[in-house]
Amino acid sequence: MNLNATLFAQLVVFLILAWFTMKFVWPPIMKALDERAGKIADGLAAADKAKTDLAHAEKKAAEELRKARESAAEFRSGAEKQVAQLIEEARAEGARIVNAAREAAEAEAGTASQRAKEALREHVAALAVAGAERILRKEINAQAHAELLTQLKSEL
Amino acid sequence: MAAEHAPNASEYIVHHLTHLNSLGHKQAALVDWTVYHLDTLFWSVSLGLLAVLILARAAAKATSGVPGRFQAAVEILVEMVESQSKSIVHGDRSFIAPLALTVFVWIFFMNAMDLLPLDALPNIWAWIFGVAGHDANHAYMRVVPTADLNATLGMSLGVLLLCLYYNVKIKGFGGWMHELFTAPFGSHPLLYPVNFAMQMIEFVAKTVSHGMRLFGNMYAGELIFMLIALMGAAWAGTAGSGLLWLGGVFAGTVWAIFHILIITLQAFIFMMLTLVYIGQAHESH
Repeated sequence: MNLNATLFAQLVVFLILAWFTMKFVWPPIMKALDERAGKIADGLAAADKAKTDLAHAEKKAAEELRKARESAAEFRSGAEKQVAQLIEEARAEGARIVNAAREAAEAEAGTASQRAKEALREHVAALAVAGAERILRKEINAQAHAELLTQLKSEL
Repeated sequence: MAAEHAPNASEYIVHHLTHLNSLGHKQAALVDWTVYHLDTLFWSVSLGLLAVLILARAAAKATSGVPGRFQAAVEILVEMVESQSKSIVHGDRSFIAPLALTVFVWIFFMNAMDLLPLDALPNIWAWIFGVAGHDANHAYMRVVPTADLNATLGMSLGVLLLCLYYNVKIKGFGGWMHELFTAPFGSHPLLYPVNFAMQMIEFVAKTVSHGMRLFGNMYAGELIFMLIALMGAAWAGTAGSGLLWLGGVFAGTVWAIFHILIITLQAFIFMMLTLVYIGQAHESH
């Protein structure tokens, strides 16, 4: 345990090292720390803002969804109504066509039977005349008796 | 150690407590300002450079982004020093806070030399000394700079100079002189000498106790490591010496683990006292 000039050398070294630290070590580290603190503060603020934004967006989305649902329901009921109407119209049209067809068929059948009756009448008249000819054994003038035959025909 | 005779306990300890100085033999006078302790200078400057270069490396690569482990460790240290200095020193800390950081890291490194195997570096030095053609028995090497009073008093003197500087800077020379003569007892011509004497005693006591505290702790710690090493060296093939050897292993382990606390604590105390003394220079009585 002796005192000597080491003491002063140590003193000088001490001050030089402290100066070095002040110059080259402390400022960059403090700068990095301060910058990081700033970044973290910004990040927290951004996170807060994002949270409120998210709440807004969620509210908005719910609102939009509700609207969309409402309009969809509207559309659906409209479409259902329209479909029902279309079906109704189609049914009526179908019934109309069927009726027309039936009426046409009935009319055709009516004329056909009328024609058949006419033809039958002609035949019956002819047969009756022929029958009468045979019965009377004499010729009857068809022209002289046309009136009588026509009368007979209409009576059939 | 020379092969012809093993040193006895006293020689071993004296050898370990002798500095490598510019004389080449033990300094005779208690105070001799022409002598240098080469070992203390070498280790303290080397460790000081190591400390500031490690810090400078962390500083050069410091980013404000996500820090790596190394950067985070240095940042924890810096934040600790910054918060301590902020709470103690009120004023411009652009030099004081870095000073405190340097003090802490440097003293921690110097103290940590105590944890190296006691004989490792001295034996390497003895070998180099012998190879260089000198008597290896006179190869002295003390590797713990803080166990040298010159180193610790040198640093506490540095703190004293800074205290004086900040006293003048903060209070002005006139203000400081006024304080020297009127504090702590009051402003009365009769009290001037008493006040001044008290202030001088205060400065001397602060500085001496500051340096002595660190020196005493590290010197005592080193001495106990030497005693433990002697226990280990007692091994001679007998049961009693075997027990001593086991005791040496046990005590060495316990003391080294305890010393991890001591070296950190003493570095921290030196740093805190540095801040407190410089902080006092900033306060007016």
